[in-house]
Order: sequence, then structure tokens, then C-alpha cells
Amino acid sequence: MSNSSPIEAKSPGSQSRGWRAVVAWSIIILFVVELASALFVKRADKTFAVSEFARLPLVFNGRVQPMDSLARNSLIQIRGITEVPLEGNGAGGAWGSWEELRTKGGELTERKWHQFSKRPKKLKPTEWLLEVMGNPEQADDRYVFVINHPDLRSLLKLEGGVEKSGLHFYRFNDIKDRTDVLRTEVQRVAKLDATQRTPFDRSVVQLDGAFGLYFRLKNTMQPQDSKDFRKELDDYLAAVKSARTTAQERQSRGEKLDREAIDELLAPVQKLASRYEVMARMDTPLIVPLPHAGDKGHEAWHRMGDALLEATGETMPESVKLIAGMASAYQAGDAPKFNQTLVSYKTLLVSEGLTTEVTKGQRESFFNQLLAFKRSMYVYIVAFLLVLLYWAGLNDIWRVTASRLLIIGFVVHTVGLVFRMWLEGRPPVTNLYSSAIFIGWGAVVLGLVLEKFYKDGIGIAVATCVGFLSLIVAHNLAQGGDTMEMMRAVLDTNFWLATHVVVITLGYASTFVAGFLALVYILRGVFTKTLSSATAKGLARMVYAIVCFSTLFSFVGTVLGGIWADQSWGRFWGWDPKENGALIIVLWNALILHLRWGGIIRERGLMTCAIAGNIVTSWSWFGVNMLGIGLHSYGFMDAAFMWLMIFVGSQLLLIAIGSLPLSLWRSFRGTKAPPNSPPPTGGKPAVA
Amino acid sequence: MLHRILNSFTSLRLTVVLLAFGIILVFVGTVAQADEGLYQAQERYFKHWWVWSVTMFGYKIPMPLPGGYLIGTLLLINLTASHIKRFQFTTKKIGIQLTHAGIILLLVGQLTTDLFSRETQLRFAEGEGKFWSESSMDYELAVATDVDSTSEKVVAIPQSVVADGGEIKHPELPFTVRVKEYWRNSEPVFRAPMQQNAPPITTNGVATSFDFRQLPVTHKMEDKNVPTAVLELSSPGGSLGTWVVSGWSADETMLSGARASYSRQMGREMAESMVARLGVKQSVELAGKKYSFALRPLRAYKPFSLTLLKATHSVYPGTDIPKDFRSRVRINHPAKGEDREVEIYMNSPLRYGGLTFYQYQMAAGEMAAQSGETPSSTLQVVRNPSWLTPYAGCIVVAAGMIVQFMIHLVGFVSRRKAA
Repeated sequence: MSNSSPIEAKSPGSQSRGWRAVVAWSIIILFVVELASALFVKRADKTFAVSEFARLPLVFNGRVQPMDSLARNSLIQIRGITEVPLEGNGAGGAWGSWEELRTKGGELTERKWHQFSKRPKKLKPTEWLLEVMGNPEQADDRYVFVINHPDLRSLLKLEGGVEKSGLHFYRFNDIKDRTDVLRTEVQRVAKLDATQRTPFDRSVVQLDGAFGLYFRLKNTMQPQDSKDFRKELDDYLAAVKSARTTAQERQSRGEKLDREAIDELLAPVQKLASRYEVMARMDTPLIVPLPHAGDKGHEAWHRMGDALLEATGETMPESVKLIAGMASAYQAGDAPKFNQTLVSYKTLLVSEGLTTEVTKGQRESFFNQLLAFKRSMYVYIVAFLLVLLYWAGLNDIWRVTASRLLIIGFVVHTVGLVFRMWLEGRPPVTNLYSSAIFIGWGAVVLGLVLEKFYKDGIGIAVATCVGFLSLIVAHNLAQGGDTMEMMRAVLDTNFWLATHVVVITLGYASTFVAGFLALVYILRGVFTKTLSSATAKGLARMVYAIVCFSTLFSFVGTVLGGIWADQSWGRFWGWDPKENGALIIVLWNALILHLRWGGIIRERGLMTCAIAGNIVTSWSWFGVNMLGIGLHSYGFMDAAFMWLMIFVGSQLLLIAIGSLPLSLWRSFRGTKAPPNSPPPTGGKPAVA
Repeated sequence: MLHRILNSFTSLRLTVVLLAFGIILVFVGTVAQADEGLYQAQERYFKHWWVWSVTMFGYKIPMPLPGGYLIGTLLLINLTASHIKRFQFTTKKIGIQLTHAGIILLLVGQLTTDLFSRETQLRFAEGEGKFWSESSMDYELAVATDVDSTSEKVVAIPQSVVADGGEIKHPELPFTVRVKEYWRNSEPVFRAPMQQNAPPITTNGVATSFDFRQLPVTHKMEDKNVPTAVLELSSPGGSLGTWVVSGWSADETMLSGARASYSRQMGREMAESMVARLGVKQSVELAGKKYSFALRPLRAYKPFSLTLLKATHSVYPGTDIPKDFRSRVRINHPAKGEDREVEIYMNSPLRYGGLTFYQYQMAAGEMAAQSGETPSSTLQVVRNPSWLTPYAGCIVVAAGMIVQFMIHLVGFVSRRKAA
């Protein structure tokens, strides 16, 4: 191999496999087994068939989704984390359930990271959701409301919550008596512009949103104060029937019923119905499929409150009765009855022709449990560490293992991506969240290609870095709630999402790849002795090639965006911030290419320019959204803004480091000739 | 000397400098939008030759910069000059040549779009047919008189002439118009009965129920300047009276906005009566002929009419996320004998008669039903003779880059294979 780096030459190669091979293969097998178990191992429910319930379809946020997605997205908005631990540490090192620990006083904390022996009991997302919907009294006692701002905690006079590495969780019961104080603050904050709000104001808004959602969930299946909803429903139907028959009887006797008499007759009905009206006014998820819903698609789903009010007497749909049956059985702790009603409900859905919705629910809940992106993140980290081992002068087997892991991670990443596309029936990128997933994916593809040609670990390092970081970004973007929301009318076109959005996102991905390659050059060159002139030249060639690639993609993507705008608004170019951001990437890449062709910059200049490309791209990807203007804006995101500034700052620092005189670079100390290769083909208007 | 100047236009350094300035300009022009608004920023940075100061994060900073026109023009000269000078028809260079030719095409296309494209709007309620579209920024003083029962004759005086003030005479008009007052931006104030009102501007027409106040000219994206003028009409026989004409009175978009706002404040019935008074038709009679006049959005007449048959606005169930906007429209072109129906919706405009009609805004669906309005739809009407250039330019540039990079890649891969 002509391109072998000095590291490779140093390493003993494949002769001394032995223990290394065992370790290497163990790592790979470990990951494969873990992934396979996620795919194929099913955990049976011991009592309530919660995992079956998790797959039930409903309509929320304008789309059909399983209970599981509703549960996860709601928990993310309320708690920030999709699990609800029921046990932890109390005063004096005691371990136990929160109820027990609370009686003893002292601070409650969740499992610490070093408590390996402790496995706290937890509620899975749907277990929690079922509790909120079916047994709200119990749910009110769970530590789910995250309230971190100290001023908000003291305003609400909160004490005795559960703490976990700086996060504070409280029960609904802790807060319920202080909602009036919260309301005053909410009314004040509502008058402020998003940009004027302080962190305190934002935590007020967050808590208010969490509260609202919690109330809606409580009233999704049944009125929140219902003790036995199935029985209540029978009473309601009986009351309606008796009121009607009495009225008919009295009318047939020739009696004239005045307003007062009717009111009196309807009083028992009205008593229950007024609670359903309250339910109907809340923006609860649409949980009830009406009869023959299959013909109408998902337009025919209703809120429980509406379904109760619309249906009177004998016409109460079977689905309402079965849902009520589930709620009652759950509240009574009667698992066999709950499970049996659940089966009947599922049969009903199928017989009503809602098979599409049922399958959608099953698929999406499977996808949720797969946690494909989280799993590929772990694989990327390990692969990256192995590459570092290899660069530190160790055996080539670590690079080979890293590349195998990268492929595993890539497969998982791809499965997640394709699964999402299949669920949504959309191209890969539909919102900021999925753009992060796709940028990571594109970077991994490019990294794999580079590694195939160069086999020096650089492709792997860049792929895993960009892959990991963009998945972290995606993970944080997912904190906003549902990531599969419906597309607004103007965006509702698979053709343009598949062309413009995909191409421009690949442009972002490749610009990042070029930037991270340059980081490898500078970090290895300045801080280690591993940047040989061959490696340096190889890196320069990679960066140049990737910059060419991103020029093509960002240009075509930008112009396609213009054409889309021309199709939908009648103007090719509107100087909208997101358009301008994309244009800056194109101009920046073109500038790098011309600088290089003109010989104005050489190897090192190319690298620093490519790092600046990271800044340009991150600004275009996120910064423009923070201007809070334009058709593409997603709202003001301040935590994201801070991270963007940190990223930009780090890149500027690295550019500064890269501009240090070569005598300070460990790799070039002592070498006479600085690595200044001529422009790609030498000649002046050299372009090819 | 001349040779050297010409040479400097082909220099790669010039390209680099222009690209760098382009990046700076686009950046500051984008950040400035937060303070100056999209429209103003676009005018000041991109549609100008030179920029003297920039607004960044709320601060005005003096910073001279070449504007979008200057950078674009120089880039075009630079590109064209080097293209001519270095043109070689070799396979090695073909990609670069194509790329640059495509970029020239794009730049020229944008320039012509800037010069020749016109945007107007067409707002119609269900059942209404129109053979004109209206400007969203410019107004005209239109004086109409009936020719017979089906047609009328219109004398349209551009806003700029009214703005200049003084006396306006037109051979078709039997009276002169004297502009007593002209406000570029204004607002109507209802003269609520039983309140201490100042005397009205004049006792004719709309002024009896509304006062109009001058407002500062706005540059905000979401606001628009609505002019009002106070006119005195006089025939040789003497004054015909003083009248207030306002953009608020003769524009259905503004009237419908006013209706929605009044009806929130004082209920639907009151709103209807107020809007009827705001939109009252004004006219004078002279020699047995009735002349009606209004300060209305500038009209562009078409040789065909569009009639809105149905406006559909749907949302995703249980949400207010818009799912679909569409207008079913009948095109009637008497000269061509065309009479057909067509559907215009998001991402699917109608291209007809050299114009493109886009679904723009809509007041239909539940919202309109609640406020009791007839569903209506607004189309954006664009005349852009060079609308095809970006399509062609994009294809040419992409093809050029792909060819160039493929040559690279094939060379690279075969070198590595050989090695």
C-alpha cells in the first residue's frame, strides 16, 4: 500500500493477532448481540398488557400515532426524560420507593451513576400515560414535573422534590395548590415578545405548557374525577333513556312540557354531561374512532368529550364503551379484565376497517422502542475511541475494528432513517430534527468512502465525529416534542422535499466533513507528531475533493430551493434569511476553490478555510433561524444559540491554532520544508 | 494601458475579492433584516450599488460596502471577460466553461427579473369574477363614468401625480382635481356618534363617518402604506365640493381586514355597518353624467377574466395546522373563445397568458364561516419573462460541475488503482 502512514509501518500488523483479535471481536459481537436483542426480544407484560396498549392508534398533533408516541412526546415535554423512576436514595443512604423515603424526610435523589448495583423500578412511557389517563389520582403522586429555575421553585414554595444531577422533579400534588401564583406569572409573560423573555419567564411558560398537557392527558380517556367510568357511562345512558321515555309518556298523556319541566327531566343527564362539556373544551388527543371510521380515514377520530356529547342514548359507539371499560378495569386494578377489553377493542378497530391505523400504531411503537439513533450514537463513540488508539501508534486491528463498528453504526442509523421515512411516507428531511439525522448520515457515507480509499482512520474519525455530534443535536432538537409533525400546506410536497431539501442537506453534511477533516489536520499537526507529509497531502486532497462536492451540492440545492420558491410564491429569489444562509455556503465554497486555483492559499490555508466552512454552515443551519424572521424561521432558541456560539468560538480558536507558525507544530518541528504543495495542477488559471 | 485594465477584469483575484464582498454583503444584509425588515434590507443592501452603513443587532454602524448591483455587475463582467479570454474547447476545461456559462445565465436572468418582473394580486370572493389584478403597494386615482349599461370609461391618475399635488387636468374629465392634502400612509378613525368629535374634514361621502389621520411611512414587512388624499373638484362653473379619498375605502383586502377587526371589538352587526360606511362609493354629477372616483390599488387589466368557484382551506384533524389551500377558478377568455375550469393550489400555480397565478392567501374554512364572510381567495399574479432562466442555469451549472468533478474523480481513482 503506497499510502500507508508511518503509524501503520510501525505497527506489527496482522502477525500478532492473539488477544487483540479476541478483544476486537468481542466488542463487535457485544454490539451485534445488543442490537439483535433490541430487534427480536419481546418482553411479556406481567399484569396489564401495557405493551399492547402502547401500540393502540389515536390521532394527536394532526396525525395517527400510537399511545407510545403520545406517551414519549408528552413525557419529554413535561419531564424532559422518557422514564419515571419510582425508587432512589433517601436520607442517610437509604434506598427504596419514594413513598417510603418521603416519610423519613431528607433529600430524595435518583440513582447516581456510580450505583451500579441499584436498579430502580421505573415506569415506562406508556405505563405512565396509562396511569395518567386511567388512574389520575395515582399519577398525581409521581415526580414528573421538571422545575429547574430556583426562582420558580421558591415562587411555588416547592420543597421535597426528587433531584437528579441538578434537575428537580415535583409531583402534581406538590404544585396543585399554587396554580394561581403560576397563572399570574403566565399572564404577565404572555404579553412579552419571545425575545424579551428571561430564563425565569421561559421556565414559567414551560411549566404552564406541561401543566396544560397534563390536564389534557388526564381528560383523554375519561373525566379526570371519574371513579368507575364504565359504570358512569351506563348511568349516563340510563339517565338519557329514562328522561326520554318519561318525556314521551307525559307527552302522550297530552301533557305540555314547559322549559322548566324539561330542565327538571334532564337534570340527571345534565349533571354528567356538563363534565363531558368540560372535557370537550380541552384540546385532548382524538382517541375515539367513530363507527365506520375506516371509510373516512383519520378524519373520523374524535375527542372523548365530543363523542360523549354527540352520542345520546342507544347510539353510544362501541369504541367509547370499550375505552371506558379499559379505564375502569385499570382503575380497579383488574388486569385480566383490562387485557380482555383491550383485545375486544383491537378486534373492533380491525372490524371497523381501521387496519391502516392499527398497523401504523404497531410500526411506530416498534420504531420508538428501537431507539436506532441512540444506539448508533454509542457505536460511533466506541469506533472513534478505537481510531484514537490506532493513531496513538497501536495495532492496525483497532482501525479495522473501528471501521467494522462504523459500518454497524451506519446500518443502524440507516435503518432508523429509512424506517422514519416509511412511517411518514416522506423523504428523509422534513424538519430541523430530521435534517440533523440526515447530516450525520451523509457525513458517515462520505467518511466511509474516504476510508475505503485511504485506510488511515481519518475517514472513520470524521464520520464518527460528525455522526455523533449531529445525532446529539438531533436528540436535543427532539426535546421540542413530536418530531414527525405534519407538513404545513406549502411544505406538503414530496417532490421538493426529496430534491431541494435532500441536496442542500447533503451540501451541509459535506461542508462539515471538509471542516472536520481540516480539524484532524490541525489537531494532529500541532499537538502530535503523527502528521507526516504523506498524511498531510492525503488530507489536503480529501478536503479539496469534499469542498468540490459540497460546492456542487450546496449550489444545486440552493437553486432548486429558488425554483421551489418560484413554484409556490412566484419569486425565484427573495433574500429570505435561510436562502441567504445557503447562498453564503455556496459563495464560501466557491471562494475556497478560487483561492486554491489562484494559488492564493495552499495546504494550510485550505484547512483554515475549511474550518471556517464549519462556522458558515452552522450559521446557515441554525443561526438564521435565530434571527426570528423569514419564512423558514423555527422560532427563537436560546439554549441552541449558546451552543452555536460555543461551537463558533471553538472553530475560531482552532483557526487561530492552525495559523500558528509551523515551528510550533509538533509534526513539523525540525523539518525544513513546510508542507506547501503547489496548487492542484500547478499552472496559473489552473482549474482541472 | 487599456490592455492592462482589460486584463484586470479577467483576473482571478478580482473574482476572489468579489466573492468575499458578496459573502460579507449577504451576511450583513441578512442580519439587518431583523431590524430593518425584509423589504427595506433587500432594497438597501441587495438592490443598490453602494451601501454606506449597516444595521447589526440593533446598532447602526457606518461601513461602506459595494451593494448587490455593483458586486453582481462586476462579477458578470469578470466572468464574461475571463470566459472569452480563456475559452478553450478542450475536454479538460469543458466542465468549468459550462459552469461559468450557467452562472452568467443565472446572473443575467436575475437582472432581467429585477428589471421586468411585476407582481400584483388578485383577490376575489366565491362567485366573483375579475379581469384585473391589483398592486399591493401602488395606488391610482380612478375616475369612472358609465358608457352604457355594461361598460365604463376609466381615467386613472397614478399615485405619483396625486402625490405631487397641485391641479390635475385631463382631457377626458370635465373638471379639475386640486389635491389639498396627500398622505402616503394613513389610518381611518371612526367618528363614533355621541362623542366629542372635531368637525369632519369635509361633509361629503366617507368623511362624514370617518376621520383620516396621517401616519409615518412604514418599512415593515407586515405593514403597508395606505394613502389618503383630500381633493377639491371644480368645474368651470365653480367648486363641486371637497372629498376624501383613501386606500382604506376602495380595497377589499383592507375592508375585509377592517371588518374582522371591528367585529372583534363591537360585534358583527356594528362591523358590517361601519365597513359599509367606510367603503361608501363617492361620485359627483356633472352635465347629467355621474363620475365616481376612488383612490384604489393600481390595476393591471387582463384580456380574460378569472372567477372563483370554490375556495378550500383544510387543516389537519384536531389542530389548526394548514393542510391545503386551493382555489377552483374559471378562466374566461372571450377573444380566444376559452372557457374552462382550473385548480390553483400550493406549489401548483396556473401559468396562463404570460402570467403565473399562485395561491397566496385565503379566508375560507371554519375561520371565514365563523366571521360570516363569503370565502375568498387571493392569488399572487406574477409577470416574469425570464422565469425559465434559473431552470436552465441550474441545469447547465450542475452539468458543468458534475463533468468537472467526474473527470477529477476518475483520474483520482485510476491513479490510486495504478499505484
